[in-house]
Amino acid sequence: MIRERLITDKLAGGVSRTLTLLSVFSVLLLGIGLLTRSIPVLRQVPLTEILFSTEWKPMKGAFGFAAFILGTFWVTGIALMIALPFSLLSAIYISEYAPYRLRQLIVPLIDLLAGIPPVIYGVWGVLLVIPFIQDHLAPHFVQFSTGYCVLAGGVVLAIMIVPLIVNILLEVFATVPKELREASLSLGATRWETVKKVLLRRSRPGIIAAVVLATSRAFGETIAVLLVTGSVVQVPHSVFDAGYPLPALIAANYGDMLSIPLFDSALMLAALILFVIIILFNGVSRLVLYRLEKQMA
Amino acid sequence: MRKAEETFFKALMILCTAAIAGVLFLIVWTIVSRGASSLSWDMVSKIPEGGYYIGKGGGILNAIIGSIYITVGSVVLGLLISVPVVLYINVYAKKNSLLVNLTRFSFDILFGIPSIVYGAFGFTIMVYFGLKTSLLAGVVTVTLLIIPILVRAMDEVMRLVPDDLESITYSLGATRWETAQVLLRQSVPGILTAVLLSFGRAIGDAACVLFTAGYTDSIPTSVDQPAATLPLAIFFQLSSPIKEVQNRAYAAALILTVLVLVLGLAAKYFGKKLSKNKI
Repeated sequence: MIRERLITDKLAGGVSRTLTLLSVFSVLLLGIGLLTRSIPVLRQVPLTEILFSTEWKPMKGAFGFAAFILGTFWVTGIALMIALPFSLLSAIYISEYAPYRLRQLIVPLIDLLAGIPPVIYGVWGVLLVIPFIQDHLAPHFVQFSTGYCVLAGGVVLAIMIVPLIVNILLEVFATVPKELREASLSLGATRWETVKKVLLRRSRPGIIAAVVLATSRAFGETIAVLLVTGSVVQVPHSVFDAGYPLPALIAANYGDMLSIPLFDSALMLAALILFVIIILFNGVSRLVLYRLEKQMA
Repeated sequence: MRKAEETFFKALMILCTAAIAGVLFLIVWTIVSRGASSLSWDMVSKIPEGGYYIGKGGGILNAIIGSIYITVGSVVLGLLISVPVVLYINVYAKKNSLLVNLTRFSFDILFGIPSIVYGAFGFTIMVYFGLKTSLLAGVVTVTLLIIPILVRAMDEVMRLVPDDLESITYSLGATRWETAQVLLRQSVPGILTAVLLSFGRAIGDAACVLFTAGYTDSIPTSVDQPAATLPLAIFFQLSSPIKEVQNRAYAAALILTVLVLVLGLAAKYFGKKLSKNKI
C-alpha cells in the first residue's frame, strides 16, 4: 500500500517534471523551428537588405522587410499613444475616485470586453472607424484617403488594448496599501496629489509591466490590423497613409506562399523577426523592472 | 490652485472613463444592430450550400462546429499539459529554485508571443512531418497558444493557497502527489476561470488556425480533415465584395460575440459560486 503510494508519487513527479522541462525548452524550439524554415531566404538575401531595404518583390527574389517593420511600429505607436493616457486616467478614476456601486458595475464590464476577439474589433473598425476617417477626418488634412490607413489600425488596436491595460492597472493599484494613501491625505495632500506622488510612484513597475503586455499584444495583432490598415507595401509617411504590418503580411499571403520560390521561407522569416523583437522587448523590460524593484526595496 | 488642478484632473478622468465605456458600448451596439438583421435560423443550422459565397442559401454551421471542436480539443489538451506543470512548480520543485524561476520566466515570454507566430510555427511543424491543414494541426497549435494562459492563471491562484495547508497535509503523512491533489481541490475556482479565459482566447483566435486548420465548407468527421472556424468565416465573408455575404459576416460576428460574452459571464458566475467554500 505504502509502496504503491510512493510509486504513484514518483511517477507523477517524473511526468510533471518532464512536461515542465519541455515547456521551458519550447521557447527555444519555437525559435529554432522558425529559423530552420527561414534559412533558405537568409542564404540568398543579406541580412542588412532584409532589415533595411524597402524593396518587396517576391517574384524577383527581393525581400526587403523595412516597410513592414516600420508599418508595425507605426500602428503600435499610434495605438499606445491613444490607449495609454485614456486607460491610465480611467484606471485611476475607477480605483481611487469612483463610488463603490459604479466600480462594481464597470469592472466586470471591462473584464468582459477584454475577452472580445480581435476579429470583432476589426469588423467594428471597418463599419465605423474607416467611414469616419474617410468622410470626416481625412478631408481636413489630406486630399484623398480611402480610410484604410495606419491611423485606423492604431485606433482599432488602441480600443482593443484599453480594457487589457485598465484590467492590469486596477490589479496593480489594489496592491498599494491603503495606509500609504491615508498618510498622504492626512498630511494635507489633495487626492490628485496623493495619486501623483504616492499611487503612481508606488505602482511604476506594475504600470511598466502592463504597458509591455499591451505593446506585445498590439505588436503581434493580425486579423484586426489586416482588416483596416489597407495592406499597401510602402513606408507610411503620415497617419493617413496605408500600411502593411508584419503580422498582416504573414496572414494575407499564406495562400500563395508555396507557389513562389522562397516566399514561404520569407514569411517564416517575418514570423521569426516578430518573435525576436517580442523576446528582446520583453527581456529588456524585465531588466528595467528588476532594477526598479531593487531600487524601491 | 491645488483645488483647480484637482477639479481639472477629476473631470478629465471622468471624461476618459465615460469615453471608454461609451466606445465599448458602441462596439457591442454596432455588432448587434448590423448583425441582427442578417441573422437567421439558417445561419446557425446549415452548412454553406452551392453559391453561398455569391449570396445564395446556407449558413455557417461548419464554422460553429469547427470552432467548438478546436476550442474544446485544445482546452482539454492544454489542461493535460498545464496542470502537471503548475503542480510541479508549486508542489514538487523547491520553492524559488532555478528551474521554477526559469519556468515562470519562459511562460511570461510565451504569453507575450503573438498568435501569428504560433501559427507560423505550427505550419513549420506540419511541413516537417508532411501534414496537410487539419483539425489536429489546428488543435495542437491553439493548444500551444493557450498553455501559457492556463499556466499563468492557475499558477497565480495556486500561489495564493496558504502554505499552512501544504504543511498540514505533509504532517498527516501525505505524499507530494496527494498534497498536490489537495492544492488542486483548493484552486478549483481559479482553474475554472483559467479554463474559461483560455476558451475565450481559443475561440476568438484567427491567426493560429489560418495556417493550420485551413477552411472547409463541410463539417470535419475525423481529425485529419480541415476545419472551418468562426473568426475566419467572418474574415473571409467580410472580404467579399457582395453585400449579402458581407452582411452574413456581421451576423457571424454577432454569433461569436454572444458566445464569448456568455462564456465570460459564466466565468464570473462560477468563479463567485465556487469560491464560497474556500479556505
